[in-house]
Amino acid sequence: MGAPAKRVEQLDRVVIRFAGDSGDGMQLTGDRFTSETAQLGNDISTLPNFPAEIRAPAGTLPGVSSFQVHFADYDILTPGDSPNVLVAMNPAALKANLGDLPPGADIIVNTDEFTRRNLAKVGYAVSPLEDGSLDGYALHPVALTSMTIGALAELGVAKKDAERAKNMFALGLLSWMYSRPFASTIRFLERKFAKRPDLVAANKAAFQAGWNFGETTEDFSVRYEVKPAKMRPGTYRNITGNAALALGLVAAGVRAKLPVFLGAYPITPASDILHELSKHKRFGITTMQAEDEIAAIGAALGAAYGGALGVTTTSGPGVALKGETISLAIALELPLVIIDVQRAGPSTGMPTKTEQADLNMALYGRHGEAPLAVIAPKSPSDCFHAAIEAARIALKYRTPVILLSDNYVANGSEPWLLPDINDLPDISVAYTTEPNGEDGRFLPYLRDPQTMARPWAIPGTPGLEHRIGGLEKADKTGDISYDPANHEFMVRTRAERIESIPVPDIDIEDPDENSRVLVLGWGSTYGPIGAACRALRQRGLPIAQAHLRHLAPLPGNLGEILHAYDKVVIPEMNLGQLAHVIRARYLIDAVPFNQVSGLPFTAATLENMLEDVVKNG
Amino acid sequence: MVSTSIPLTPVKLTAKDFKSDQEVRWCPGCGDYAILAAVQQFMPELGIARQNTVFVSGIGCSSRFPYYMNTYGMHSIHGRAPAIATGLSASRPDLSVWVVTGDGDALSIGGNHLIHALRRNVNLKILLFNNRIYGLTKGQYSPTSELGKITKSTPAGSADSPFNPLSLALGAEATFVARTIDSDRKHLQSVLRAAAQHEGSAFVEIYQNCNIFNDGAFEVLKDPDTRDDHLIRLEQGQPITFGAQGQYSVVHPAGAFGLSVRESAELGGETPVVHDATVDDPAYAFALSRLSGSDLGTTPIGVFRNVARPSYDELIQKQLEDAKAQVTGTPDEMLSELLNAGDTWTIL
Repeated sequence: MGAPAKRVEQLDRVVIRFAGDSGDGMQLTGDRFTSETAQLGNDISTLPNFPAEIRAPAGTLPGVSSFQVHFADYDILTPGDSPNVLVAMNPAALKANLGDLPPGADIIVNTDEFTRRNLAKVGYAVSPLEDGSLDGYALHPVALTSMTIGALAELGVAKKDAERAKNMFALGLLSWMYSRPFASTIRFLERKFAKRPDLVAANKAAFQAGWNFGETTEDFSVRYEVKPAKMRPGTYRNITGNAALALGLVAAGVRAKLPVFLGAYPITPASDILHELSKHKRFGITTMQAEDEIAAIGAALGAAYGGALGVTTTSGPGVALKGETISLAIALELPLVIIDVQRAGPSTGMPTKTEQADLNMALYGRHGEAPLAVIAPKSPSDCFHAAIEAARIALKYRTPVILLSDNYVANGSEPWLLPDINDLPDISVAYTTEPNGEDGRFLPYLRDPQTMARPWAIPGTPGLEHRIGGLEKADKTGDISYDPANHEFMVRTRAERIESIPVPDIDIEDPDENSRVLVLGWGSTYGPIGAACRALRQRGLPIAQAHLRHLAPLPGNLGEILHAYDKVVIPEMNLGQLAHVIRARYLIDAVPFNQVSGLPFTAATLENMLEDVVKNG
Repeated sequence: MVSTSIPLTPVKLTAKDFKSDQEVRWCPGCGDYAILAAVQQFMPELGIARQNTVFVSGIGCSSRFPYYMNTYGMHSIHGRAPAIATGLSASRPDLSVWVVTGDGDALSIGGNHLIHALRRNVNLKILLFNNRIYGLTKGQYSPTSELGKITKSTPAGSADSPFNPLSLALGAEATFVARTIDSDRKHLQSVLRAAAQHEGSAFVEIYQNCNIFNDGAFEVLKDPDTRDDHLIRLEQGQPITFGAQGQYSVVHPAGAFGLSVRESAELGGETPVVHDATVDDPAYAFALSRLSGSDLGTTPIGVFRNVARPSYDELIQKQLEDAKAQVTGTPDEMLSELLNAGDTWTIL
């Protein structure tokens, strides 16, 4: 693939959205482009957006699947608000995404799919390619399908296979346009189709044809470059939140020196964690696909009772089903990690769309006074560290911990600075092996004075045979007790032991140091809030940002921080669940800002809202 | 021979060793006392150390059982004991894990976990105390109560047809299925013995009298005047006959799918079926399970089915063992390698 003879322009950032039918391979195309971009050293953030249906009717609006990638020569926080480039593989993809494009954006369309029938499917009476409605954009009509078939004519592959390679033609074209290194894509194709050399050849040829088309056609007169970002030295890989979470659980097992037992029931968008962990049995990890959500957590709790690091992964509906077992784990005071990859609810809601509306359930969604620890990762790569932190708290303080991820961080990706293993915390704890009471008695509810944790005496330990259960237990002995004073004591003790878990103070990002407005977030809104704050500061509007990782217990300095600002704004992808907690607990007039569209906040949305608060109070 | 993965103790234990210090709090006269005493007396026979024995239960009268055993134990939540025990057993092959449950716990709220534990053949010994009533909630009909049962919640009689627990277990691919009665300690212990020696799920239904809410439910099988005509004692390798003088026989009539009871004197050319619990085809055990309806007219007790199939625990442990071949260094080294796998790039 020869040297470009065309004009090269430098850009500092680009947002590209690949959109097509669910069967067009847009997730894969986006993924490959991201990987090429990562190799180049740009900072990246991605946002996949796909329907819950595996194959919605072809060519329809509900069947549109897209993948957005934002890359830049500086560090970025979000996948970008509006694409500079849209690749639309059919009329539905154009129609579904056009509204997000700024004027002048590049639109590359696959003209072969703009047939009368396909246009009619999405309600176009006249082709938008011909009626002038796209005049405000840089439209690039490309006969993607027929050129792909043409390029593969001599390879003798079936027409269907040739047609399916059109996404590689698109990838080749975009890779040329943005000067991406493509060696990793070639390697990927060789791996993916290892058993079908004909498909390796077809996809490589399609990629090459796309690249060559860019180089030769006059329609694309400019080629772009985005220089590597200045990032902290080290080794990076691109990672999604779900993959990082799975690796975090592997790391937690290694650093706890414990076997990991994952009980899980398939549910979108959490299943990938099960898939990933099931590959790593060599670390002593057992994964069990249980018969239902209740069995999944039950098995994890049984394994925790037996001395394993018990984990269950799910999404909101699953957490609802697990509630009773979580309460049992609270009563038994056993370590357990519950991962909720939140999605839009209630009920089945929108399984592939994001939301943060399970916070109330995580904090309060159980019968009785049933407190536990809750933490939330702020970005895809942060899921790795959050998983280790969840396991650390669970093991050390002998409690269930809920980790609140969401679809946005779970499927989004970013470059991850790989940690040095030696920098990861040692989270190992010792089982109890000796009696702790007088006369060699064992008291299963005699607490460690520092951590308030009870002994973890696992079956198989001689001399410590004991019975635990969901009935209220007497302090120290763990015997069944209906004594009123004991119940009051145990309820208060369970609350206190969670409340007294030490968590790090919350940090404030306030470079101007004179901000009167604090924006407080939690979980996956970190990126868009951060991007909005940066934009405001660049415009001379001071604003402070604080982000909660620990939602229960809350950081000890939070009250003081909140009271130091005139105004506290809390953006959330729910109807104000954290705001409610903050208002109740700290008696401040926090301002909620809420969006429940199933999509993450755009930086622009938050920038507008925050600008108004900063200027007008 | 109990599972080879469970270590045995050289110490000779007695029934007393298995009694916990907790006061037993079932109603006076409850059938559970007899079962508890039978289990405590039987456990030392296994030679398994107390610390390697775990009783897991759900909710209900029967589920208080673990508190009274001086072993490890967990009184969990309604219906979920098989799921919890599965996680424990699959991750700890050195433990002998027993599940104690009742007809409401196992067959109503926990039906799903029961069938899946049996399907997987988890190495659990599941003791289902069937008293055909809800005791702890004070007397509602249960999934094994007979059709038309009049209770507090069904004053006009229940409209639910009952489960046949053994048929259900067999339908769930159980490898070991047996039935016994609380009042017959010798028989109960013989069934427990066989269950303990079975590798995989052993499902034991124990007819248990609730003298408060369903007294005499199994009287026809206990009363010396009636039991011989109703109780069929299954013995491996023996023709299935019953009655004080063996006047009844179980036969497989030509052309029929199932088994029937005939007067022995009128068999003609037919011969009684010779019991073989090891028959691989579950149709035989299923046919046996169908001999008794909810009227208990002709009720077999003993081991219905006892066949070998790899246990879930074994298969899971084998996968973990096999994966050890991929161990390339210390866990930290392997973790580092895992994190650095795939497409990485380095910034200097």
